[in-house]
Amino acid sequence: MLAKRIIPCLDVKDGQTVKGTNFVNLRHAGDPVALGKAYSDQGADELVFLDITASVEGRRTFTEMVTRVAEQLNIPFTVGGGISELSDVDRLLGAGADKVSVNSAALRHPELIDQIAGHFGSQVCVCAIDAHMEEDGSWRCYQNGGRVPTSRSLFEWAYEAQERGAGEILFTSMNHDGTKAGFANEALLKLADKLSIPIIASGGAGTQEHFRDAFALGHADAALAASVFHFGEIPIPKLKAYLKGEGISVR
Amino acid sequence: MNVAIVKYNAGNIYSVVNALKRLGVDSLLTDSPEELASADKVVFPGQGEASQAMSYLREHGLDQVICSLRQPVLGICIGMQLMCTHSEEGDTDCLGIFPAEVKRFQPRQHDEKVPHMGWNQIYMPANRCSEEPALMLPNGEFVYFVHSYYVPVCDFTSAICDYIQPFSAALHRDNFYATQFHPEKSGSVGERILRSFLDLPG
Repeated sequence: MLAKRIIPCLDVKDGQTVKGTNFVNLRHAGDPVALGKAYSDQGADELVFLDITASVEGRRTFTEMVTRVAEQLNIPFTVGGGISELSDVDRLLGAGADKVSVNSAALRHPELIDQIAGHFGSQVCVCAIDAHMEEDGSWRCYQNGGRVPTSRSLFEWAYEAQERGAGEILFTSMNHDGTKAGFANEALLKLADKLSIPIIASGGAGTQEHFRDAFALGHADAALAASVFHFGEIPIPKLKAYLKGEGISVR
Repeated sequence: MNVAIVKYNAGNIYSVVNALKRLGVDSLLTDSPEELASADKVVFPGQGEASQAMSYLREHGLDQVICSLRQPVLGICIGMQLMCTHSEEGDTDCLGIFPAEVKRFQPRQHDEKVPHMGWNQIYMPANRCSEEPALMLPNGEFVYFVHSYYVPVCDFTSAICDYIQPFSAALHRDNFYATQFHPEKSGSVGERILRSFLDLPG
């Protein structure tokens, strides 16, 4: 049976993992390659590396990091952050990334998704969406790291991204992100009903039960989290054993 | 050991180069018929679209070269599909090493998503009892798949995966081996499978 995927997300700045980590007593916890390998050894199914550096110099450092990750890691990994044109995608896939995630640039220029899918195939194109549930209950897409509201609704944009050739949707609920109170399961379920491509749940992971609910109630195909993994609050082997016990297919 | 990787217009070939390097093997990425013919092992990897890949192979004479290889050859993903007779993708005539038709997944219900992407389990076919050297394909283990087309279960199926319906996760005929999944992205299980290919005699 196709396994539900568990995906740790690593923020990278100037080639170093940003958030402080308290992870398996790793001596080089700031090194994305060492951290990535440790997660892979723990049973992570995929990794996401997000470049939060904006400078040209930082971009070069990130590309070098991608090359080293590709040399060392034996599971698939996605890279994102600051991808604005096809040449960025070419550079990162050339460095060995398996997939790229696009966010703000795709909202500004949706044809970027068509271009990526056309040149490299849908399987490499992850459309990341940061969305916020507004007071009227509607889900609005935000860009620039959740700082700038757009006129797009989550469901409308996710569907358009799929039709343009995105291979997966990485949906982060801004209402849930950082709360550790669980994923946005209702919105996830609505996405799953509307779309025919895999959906990665993001934002809100705090306990093992939250992962179960994202899969069982939200029908997510994968769940992504950062701090609960980085700080060792939820060890991945323990999480997978728990999910298996709950009847969810995991590797 | 001298391992050659078929160089053609497919994506993600370097992930195989990297995987072999992690196993201590420096491979040669080449489209030279001589270099491919003289290698101890040949890997035919890739990610891409069938008709464009076949046109490229024909234009460069690589179709003849691959079919004439006598050492162990490992096709991966689109590489495996191109080793079959015909693919529904772009209505493409392929290499014909495995007498099988490559078909597109037809989901029966909404949650059967295409592409089949992620980790899924492989199983041994019940009637498979070969004396020939074979890849070590561990029963029940999870490996990483990304594909929209599949090879139905046939006489040459050496591992089965079940997604929408049972299909060939691996094929084997004489010196030709192939996996639909990506051993180079399948963690330690994938490394063991690649190691078993490198350890094949011949």
